[in-house]
Amino acid sequence: MGVKLLLEKANVPGIRSFEVYRREGGYRSVEKALKEMNPESIVEEVKKSGLRGRGGAGFPTGMKWSFIAKPEGVPRHLVCNADESEPGTFKDRYLMEFLPHLLIEGLIVSSFALGSSDTYIYIRGEYAWIPDILEEAINEAKAAGFLGKNILGTGFDCNIHVQRGGGAYICGEETALIESLEGKRGNPRIKPPFPAIQGLWMRPTVVNNVETLAAIVPIINMGGDEYAKIGVGRSTGTKLISACGNINKPGVYEIDMTISVEEFIYSDEYCGGIKGGKKLKACIPGGSSVPILPANLLLKTAKGETRYMNYESLSDGGFATGSMLGSGGFIVLDEDQCIVKNTLTLARFYRHESCGQCSPCREGTGWMEKILHKIEHGKGSMSDIDLLWDIQRKIEGNTICPLGDAAAWPVAAAIRHFRDEFEWHINNPELSQTSNFGLQNYADPIHVPA
Amino acid sequence: MAYIFNDTQMAEFKRLVARYPEGKQKSALLPVLHLAQESFDGWLPTEALDYVASLLQIEPIEVYEVATFYSMYNLKPVGKYVFEVCQTGPCMISGSDSIIDYIKQVLSIQPGETTKDGLFTLKLVECLGACGYAPMMQVGKIYKEHLTKEKVDAIIAEFRQAANKN
Repeated sequence: MGVKLLLEKANVPGIRSFEVYRREGGYRSVEKALKEMNPESIVEEVKKSGLRGRGGAGFPTGMKWSFIAKPEGVPRHLVCNADESEPGTFKDRYLMEFLPHLLIEGLIVSSFALGSSDTYIYIRGEYAWIPDILEEAINEAKAAGFLGKNILGTGFDCNIHVQRGGGAYICGEETALIESLEGKRGNPRIKPPFPAIQGLWMRPTVVNNVETLAAIVPIINMGGDEYAKIGVGRSTGTKLISACGNINKPGVYEIDMTISVEEFIYSDEYCGGIKGGKKLKACIPGGSSVPILPANLLLKTAKGETRYMNYESLSDGGFATGSMLGSGGFIVLDEDQCIVKNTLTLARFYRHESCGQCSPCREGTGWMEKILHKIEHGKGSMSDIDLLWDIQRKIEGNTICPLGDAAAWPVAAAIRHFRDEFEWHINNPELSQTSNFGLQNYADPIHVPA
Repeated sequence: MAYIFNDTQMAEFKRLVARYPEGKQKSALLPVLHLAQESFDGWLPTEALDYVASLLQIEPIEVYEVATFYSMYNLKPVGKYVFEVCQTGPCMISGSDSIIDYIKQVLSIQPGETTKDGLFTLKLVECLGACGYAPMMQVGKIYKEHLTKEKVDAIIAEFRQAANKN
């Protein structure tokens, strides 16, 4: 059993209520932070912890916090990004649904560190039942003196507000989220200025993911140095992985980033192996945007070393032979899955979710979907593969926000690693409508552990 | 129908606006549109959008551009129960295609259509963040997960029964 810092108490009966959560040691970090520490020393602890943003980008949280501007007389805001929308990712939902007080506790400490007296949780609109859970937790915390005016007699005031989005993946991008919180379309802003200087209502703002903010609780309780001892290298602490697809035990798992990908997929403690005793074909290890990897490159790096479930190891080899830990949305595909069709559904997703501001993304995502649709339905030609490659290259890096990259990478990686499957679709327009390109067709057989 | 909030809805409207600083009431637009949609038969005709604009003291165009941007606001009438079935990658590899086909067949409607009795609308949507519990769909505020054909039958029967009671 690995270390559990976030989900340790998830199975305690009644943990959703303040009473049980408090009895189990909850809100100690608020007492410690507000009574024994000051905002600067909290930021220092978070820096020492090595915590990296858990939303997908992996940017060091302590450093992000230290960028916040502190102009005289201008309110600052902390915004919790609960707009979890990356396909394959459902970890934040689990945290909010089953451990709402853990998030609220992390938010209070973080609000104190950043000087935010009005903190907002922006939650995706589809999670329509969760705001009630969060608001109940907020009310309980307020009744116990952990929120509201003069918290624990320290003079710090803080209120947390929950706002539902309207259904738009793009609002997970922090400046789009801020626009949406201001009651506008979710069009990402051009940076700079960064939100730390001019964010919500042009005030200094920090936007952090749900899991990142929850991780502040163990960091304050145990100290940044102790937290940094867990994990490996620059992958410190624990990470929530939401595992889905063709596995025996889909769900949310907390890992300490020292276990191998093979153990994560095949051990009964985690995914429990491939469903129906089938073979592993491919995996998208960090949410739909990150490069898909064939089984051989997933379990071992190109150098033949064991691949581990952490930031560095999953990205070993760059995009040529590696991928990314991303948001921790772990999507497993078995031998019967069609890479062309899977890529088509993702291309359709990004076309649907493009905000339309930048031409390469607005037009390019639509073109990619159309071409993939043609290939999938037996109407493709060989030149379409090169055309797809060309389009994705022209989107990547040419847009205001990373949605363009997110749309380009899955297409690029599918062609990079599974080009023969695309060619088979094009050469066998009729057969490809009724059967899939089996594992036996690969020139270099995909290694699968016995 | 008249597109005006009743007293309970107006109290909720005031609670939503109070979350934001003075003069920033436009920030409440998304939650207020949700409230309006729930209050007015599940969809937002232009009159409803104009009403929201007047309440928040913003231009109607500011409401239109938001209502058309986000996928959760219905700008056309919908059935009493909207089946929003996820079709993105993780659900697709877990069998959402056959669930979608089955719903089409038993309700005799295509995506975007409503059954003749006005009870059910089928809508295909993109990832709803329930990938580990696929295939799945959203109906109103709730998620229906681990869908099978039998489960779809039971869900339809459950809603038919609920509609008959009202």
